[in-house]
Amino acid sequence: MASSSSSLPPSVFNPRRHVGVNLERVTNVTNTEYPGHYPDEDHSWDLAKFKQNLQLSVKRLSQRSIEFDLVGVDASIANAFRRILIAEVPTMAIEHVYVWNNTSVIQDEVLAQRLGLIPLDVDPRMFEFRTQTDTPTDRNTLVFQLNVTCERMKNAPRGSTSQHKHEYVRSEDLEWVPQGEQEVVFADKPPAPTNKEIVLAKLAPGQEINVELHAIKGVGKEHAKWNPVATASYRLHPLVLLNPSKPIPPHLADKFAKCFSPGVVRVESGGKVSIDERNLRKESMSREVLRHPEFEGCVELKRIRDWFIFTIESESHYKPEELFLESVKVMRAKIASVREAAEALIAQPGADARVDGDVEMATA
Amino acid sequence: MTASNYEEEEQEWDKLNQTNWRGLGLTDPIKSVEDKWLLLPAFLKVKGLVKQHIDSFNYFVDVDIKNILRANNKVTSDVDPRFWLKYTDINIGFPDRTDADAVDKSVTPHECRLRDTTYSAPILVTIQYTRGKTVVRRQNVNIGRIPIMLRSNKCVLTGRTEAQLARMTECPLDPGGYFIVKGTEKVILVQEQLSKNRIIVEIDPTKGIVQASCTSSTHGGLKSKTYVATKKGKIYLRHNSIHEDVPIVIALKALGIQSDKEILLLTAGNHEAYKSAFSPNLEEAAKLGVYTRHQALEYIGSRVKVNRKVVGPRRPAWEEALEALATIVLAHVPVHGLDFRSKAIFVATMTRRVLMAMDDEKMVDDRDYVGNKRLELAGQLLALLFEDLFKTFNANLKSAIDKVLKKPSRTSEFDAFNTMQFQGDHITSGFVRAISTGNWSLKRFKMDRAGVTHVLSRLSFISALGMMTRISSQFEKTRKVSGPRALQPSQWGMLCPSDTPEGEACGLVKNLALMTHITTDVEEEPIIRIAFMLGVEDISVATGTEIYGPNTFVVNVNGTIIGLTRYPARFVTNFRKLRRAGRFSEFVSAYINHHHRTVLIASDGGRICRPMIIVENGRPRVTSDHTLQLKKGLLTFDDFLRKGLVEYLDVNEENDSYIALYERDIVPATTHLEIEPFTLLGAVAGLIPYPHHNQSPRNTYQCAMGKQAIGAIGYNQLNRIDTLLYLSVYPQQPMVKTKTIELIGYDRLPAGQNATVAVMSYSGYDIEDALIQNKASLDRGYGRCQVLRKNTTLIRKYPNGTFDRLADAPADDNGQIQKKYDIIQLDGLAGVGERVDPGDVYINKQTPTNANDNSFTGQAATVPYKNAPMTYKSPVAGYIDKVMITDTENDQTLIKVLIRQTRRPELGDKFSSRHGQKGVCGLIVNQEDMPFNDQGIVPDTIMNPHGFPSRMTVGKMIELLAGKAGVLAGKLQYGTAFGGSKVEDMSRILIENGFSYSGKDMLTSGITGEPMEAYVYFGPIYYQKLKHMVMDKMHARARGPRATLTRQPTEGRSREGGLRLGEMERDCLIGYGATQLLLERLMISSDKFEVNACEECGLLGYNGWCTYCKSSKKMAQLTIPYAAKLLFQELMAMNVVPRLVLDDA
Repeated sequence: MASSSSSLPPSVFNPRRHVGVNLERVTNVTNTEYPGHYPDEDHSWDLAKFKQNLQLSVKRLSQRSIEFDLVGVDASIANAFRRILIAEVPTMAIEHVYVWNNTSVIQDEVLAQRLGLIPLDVDPRMFEFRTQTDTPTDRNTLVFQLNVTCERMKNAPRGSTSQHKHEYVRSEDLEWVPQGEQEVVFADKPPAPTNKEIVLAKLAPGQEINVELHAIKGVGKEHAKWNPVATASYRLHPLVLLNPSKPIPPHLADKFAKCFSPGVVRVESGGKVSIDERNLRKESMSREVLRHPEFEGCVELKRIRDWFIFTIESESHYKPEELFLESVKVMRAKIASVREAAEALIAQPGADARVDGDVEMATA
Repeated sequence: MTASNYEEEEQEWDKLNQTNWRGLGLTDPIKSVEDKWLLLPAFLKVKGLVKQHIDSFNYFVDVDIKNILRANNKVTSDVDPRFWLKYTDINIGFPDRTDADAVDKSVTPHECRLRDTTYSAPILVTIQYTRGKTVVRRQNVNIGRIPIMLRSNKCVLTGRTEAQLARMTECPLDPGGYFIVKGTEKVILVQEQLSKNRIIVEIDPTKGIVQASCTSSTHGGLKSKTYVATKKGKIYLRHNSIHEDVPIVIALKALGIQSDKEILLLTAGNHEAYKSAFSPNLEEAAKLGVYTRHQALEYIGSRVKVNRKVVGPRRPAWEEALEALATIVLAHVPVHGLDFRSKAIFVATMTRRVLMAMDDEKMVDDRDYVGNKRLELAGQLLALLFEDLFKTFNANLKSAIDKVLKKPSRTSEFDAFNTMQFQGDHITSGFVRAISTGNWSLKRFKMDRAGVTHVLSRLSFISALGMMTRISSQFEKTRKVSGPRALQPSQWGMLCPSDTPEGEACGLVKNLALMTHITTDVEEEPIIRIAFMLGVEDISVATGTEIYGPNTFVVNVNGTIIGLTRYPARFVTNFRKLRRAGRFSEFVSAYINHHHRTVLIASDGGRICRPMIIVENGRPRVTSDHTLQLKKGLLTFDDFLRKGLVEYLDVNEENDSYIALYERDIVPATTHLEIEPFTLLGAVAGLIPYPHHNQSPRNTYQCAMGKQAIGAIGYNQLNRIDTLLYLSVYPQQPMVKTKTIELIGYDRLPAGQNATVAVMSYSGYDIEDALIQNKASLDRGYGRCQVLRKNTTLIRKYPNGTFDRLADAPADDNGQIQKKYDIIQLDGLAGVGERVDPGDVYINKQTPTNANDNSFTGQAATVPYKNAPMTYKSPVAGYIDKVMITDTENDQTLIKVLIRQTRRPELGDKFSSRHGQKGVCGLIVNQEDMPFNDQGIVPDTIMNPHGFPSRMTVGKMIELLAGKAGVLAGKLQYGTAFGGSKVEDMSRILIENGFSYSGKDMLTSGITGEPMEAYVYFGPIYYQKLKHMVMDKMHARARGPRATLTRQPTEGRSREGGLRLGEMERDCLIGYGATQLLLERLMISSDKFEVNACEECGLLGYNGWCTYCKSSKKMAQLTIPYAAKLLFQELMAMNVVPRLVLDDA
């Protein structure tokens, strides 16, 4: 079915790379190209081949998000990066809240929870992890103060809706209190919330909030507040294959085009239908076309199993383009620790290796 | 046909089709009334939901209380015949403060809640009485206080703006309609009863008895039940005040109908079958030798129960009979100057109804028919209570006055006012006692009811609202009959078909539908006058031939027969026209009963009714113009009533009408049009989106569960100090709303959150309806709730002059303060905001050691004190939310401490959607392990699809679809019953936004990273967190407290009790033969006890000595359960000697 004039690489049309998107089910979700599955084919892992297949190209980059294509890896690898991005890339977040005074309607615990969820614009790589027993130092703790009182503004314009100062307590009201060497280290970019407009509490005149906040380094699997991304996810590249032996009747061309995301299907003046491959990635895979009996057999919906359209939205200090690299770093650290353990195991001559082959994973 | 011809015709058609009347052409479709549902909010503004309570209370306070006063307005003295005291007027004041030294007398309901006082107002009377030879008049004499219903006429909250309410810390959405007595909110539930003064004919098929009964109730409270029943084919009159059943002919003769012919005509008429069925009765009277009225009266008189204190000479039997017949039997039928005619006709009618039922079994009445029910409201119950209290008050006053007047000489002139002032608070305490205990035991009115009032449930806004619409039946819960519990077709639109509890009270406890009103009494004299003006002939001049004539219909007003009409249809039409014109109350109903050939007019209180649009000549009277004006606020609901566009129909009149559900259903015979079909559901069932797609029990389950949902309970929730308060941290209004939700304000006080749900199976921890929750969602605040618990203590003053005190934290020997006193400040109370750990003291109270010693020493300062601190007991730490110090009504210092816990959902917490689908949290999963869709959206909750097939909650699926469409389109969707957003439209929105029409998304597994092989139904569903949380239930024990008497482990979680190895478990162990385990479980781990027993006498000894044998020779030591030892001793105390036979095994 591969069209000769395709802008996509021809290997895209290899049916083995396709995940079938049918009316009521998805087929061929798992990669089958592994050793021993196909007779007379060698699918053992080969670095050169992997290097040749692997592609990574950034498609869109903005202040807070990135979209890039990752082609040529197994779902498990792509998923590992996604999982690390959500759960294991460290960030800084407020963990300890010392309430000196809080006369607002919002309760201390709720306020603390809200404060914890504020993303902080401070490089976590400059900090160390702090465990329960560690004493706070300038290397592992960042101190903020939130000290607001709602007061009537004397020179507020008449009739304006906000007659009071600090009617809304926003994240911009957080005040960084440098500790030790922090003043020097963060001189050019003082730590602050990434978003200044997060409403933390609402105050009535006379109410005040006076709290001290300690932010520490952590990872998303412990609490979602340390999650560096708003979301990190991927979808598989869509593919729409027209059946050359059963063309779309010209009078139904517009209806056919409407079954896809705008721009995916091109309708020429004569009612001839073709797929715009440049816009193929916009297809939302709504499967609308499969619902209409008149299009039965005309078209096949596929996704490419190893073509991941990654989207990462950063909600932390990291620039979106850095985040993926950070996740690679975490992954490498994990591999390094597994390797270390494995090598230690090999180095030990049989003493601890039990008869039944059990091993103890002491340091892994 | 030529072309020109054709053209001409075309032109003619065009002419006809031209717009010629108000922009409408002939062929334009008739415009339907748009937005007629807007009548509903207009109705709810003036009536509905809680309004029946308030209306009823207002009626009592403004009207009924004056009637009661008029009936009991004179107090005289037996000693001094010249003395009299007369009440001329009574008024209820506004709630005020009773503290003697108060400067600001105004009081708010919230203050009463906090201070544990009663929200009550003084009852003020105007009296006239004789002082010596002068007549004195005094105004505004306080005779007691009455609790005031919130938002009633007399409440300070009525007619206040939202800002004013906020200043009084009162929630504008709070419905009112309850009382505050001693700080607790009490509701007087609506009571359902069989209607009074109406004939009910029943048949007992097993015994073959037909009986017509009538419960008479007059103002003044005397209630008695009169039966006309068959016994061995003959008919008798039965009444409580007559020992024996009276043959019906004798009864009629006693009532003044002496001729047998007339009796026959009045009962059987000219109907042959009835005549032959009645004839044995005439024979019986003859056999008994009763022919004349006097004989009949003598017959009855000798069988009347004389229930009178012996005053004066004994009266002859016929006089007793005459009095009984005039005043006790069928007391509601008026007897003017010994004219018994109308009462005789009433008895004859009852007899005829019996004859009809004997002839045709279908002529019986249905007790469960809603038209035969009356609802008793707070006002009526309070009226009875007040009358009773007032009568007692007057009796006490009279005896006090008598006591003074008995004394021959006095220093000053006797002034009854002074005696009145010293009457105590009989009325005040009577009201408070009755409302706070719920016991209405009024001997005077033969009333003894318990459980009339309930504490207003403040679990959630919905539970409070649901309580206000609740109706409880007087019917016994234990009896196994299905009739009263079954859904009655006549409940349509009046009582909610879904909202009833499961289990024993199923079908007995009901709830009002959304658009209902309960009537209050309307004076019947003017109604009777109007009936006569419309051509009704007086019954007292009618004979049997006329009454049962072929074209005559009997006219009844409130069960009393007043006359005849030959043109019932015209009469009823005219009567209704007058009502629509507003000539008398809109709540008076009139209808024709063709089976009994009667026209029935009802003006009594307690009937359920609802408004409907009047249809005349096939057109609804309400037009789009009207609704437009309503929208603009130019018309109110009352204007619709006054203009005759809308009228109230009660159940009986509803049955005499032809009501179209929708405008398209109108046919020429149609008389009325429904305002909105969804009003047939109540307030609680109205929360369910798409309930018409659900299996009916699911809606019932949701009605029960909606009341347990944690959410916002009122705008003043953070100012309240309730025993237990559940609050949601981040409540959301549902994505899929209903019109009911907006009308009752659930969108402003919601109880739940819109969770993104994936309907799929995950991990196996979701079997049996368990839910999988996303940990990141919980981190971010999903399902987070707060539990606030009240702890109170009184700082008391004792009669001996000592008093309790608060002390600061005590120091131990080293001068250190113990950890448990950490949070105690100098005033002896914990600081607000402090964390309370288990075992911490938060009120450091001390009581004098001699508090109960009544000898007054006068040296209060020197008495020794002992510690009586309040310690925090929950297993999880909390925070001090509030500390309140105040005075109660009797000057004791009251301290309330509110302790708060904030909880995030944990394994085992209960959640439910709005479709009766409850489930517990089975697993909390990290976000990265959750499946995600192409947009990267991760579900908050995963629900197992097995929940759907057997439950058939299609409404939930549509809710998901509509919710998803709403999210994508950026607006809220509606799931109103019998309407709401259409599935087709929702699917279209999904398609437009690039989603599958079916709502199913392609998900990727978060664990493998591969796409899932099935599409997953994915979208938002409104989920409620229910109050059942694991933290409040978890319990385990190894060792712990034991009961003092038996030394066995205590029972129950609250006493840290043991887990019982019950009978059935014991049987298992016996069957298995695990004797050692049994011994260990039942004795060693429970209440083992070492005893000394004597092998000789078999009795228990002590310390190796048998006190019976006086020897220590044959003593043996053995281990038995302490309970067994206790049994032996108890038996011995009852003179039974248990002897042990000891033997070596």
